Amino acid sequence: MIRPDVATPAGYLGEVAPLWWRERPSARTLRRHGRLWTAWTAATATPFFGAGAFLLWLEPLTFPVALASFAHGWVIPELYARRGAVSVVPMGGRRSVSRKPTADEDAERAALGLLGDLLGHDTRELLARTGLVLERGRLGAWLVGEQGAMLVRSGGRRVDCWCVRIADPGSLPAGDRVAHLLLALREDEAGFATVANLAFSGAAWRVRRRMPKRARPALDAARDAAR
Amino acid sequence: MARLIRLDRTGHTTLAEWTHGDEAAQEQAVQAFRRELDAGMLASVSREDGTAEVVRELPLDEELVVLRRPIAGG
Repeated sequence: MIRPDVATPAGYLGEVAPLWWRERPSARTLRRHGRLWTAWTAATATPFFGAGAFLLWLEPLTFPVALASFAHGWVIPELYARRGAVSVVPMGGRRSVSRKPTADEDAERAALGLLGDLLGHDTRELLARTGLVLERGRLGAWLVGEQGAMLVRSGGRRVDCWCVRIADPGSLPAGDRVAHLLLALREDEAGFATVANLAFSGAAWRVRRRMPKRARPALDAARDAAR
Repeated sequence: MARLIRLDRTGHTTLAEWTHGDEAAQEQAVQAFRRELDAGMLASVSREDGTAEVVRELPLDEELVVLRRPIAGG
């Protein structure tokens, strides 16, 4: 159990206190993590391209094996991007709790009503279309789902995908799950990113094509907001 | 009428309502607020600039105080 009155400075998210060893993210640390992520991806994918090219140079008849090696090098960044995209669960989507047979329609409606009260008109409309909430922050434009969040950083080209959820969601309706994450984000943006785990950092186009089609306009809107 | 609500399985539950000057209702709201915090809930109020503020004492002058569960990394 988190005791928010213990070891948490005023204005900070209570959930950050047990994670004292984690650095609070800033634009600078996010850039650094992004560069490390890119370097790691390149380090894991490049050898396969190198090996394929070497095989072709050695013996052109190894073309099928070289092709497999190139494909392997291509797939690695795609798998990372997929992991990032699936870490965010849009409301009403295939993985939404509102689609489960046990979902309580009255509770879903009540939760959606409260969530709507927390949002402006345009954001509410985007949520209805895409299942994601757009929230502008100091670090960039956020997209919040039932689970997980995406941060489109200034410039709109790079996206960070974060694994974050309610610690004990029980049978909370979908709207409440989004409201939980949204409130936590609004309370302390850097604290929110401290609690969340980074699942992917990379090009927005790479994540976009791995997102459900319905949710893609939300990423487009976030990129516009971040430019 | 100010409200203390908890996000829960029903969508949300109103735990207390109070008005300025109704000391009995305010005291009940404070007790309910403390019970929820002791149970591990976190409380926040929304600000006009779009941010929210974590509160550890019930702000009786606020219109809406929301109680939520802690979040964690996935």
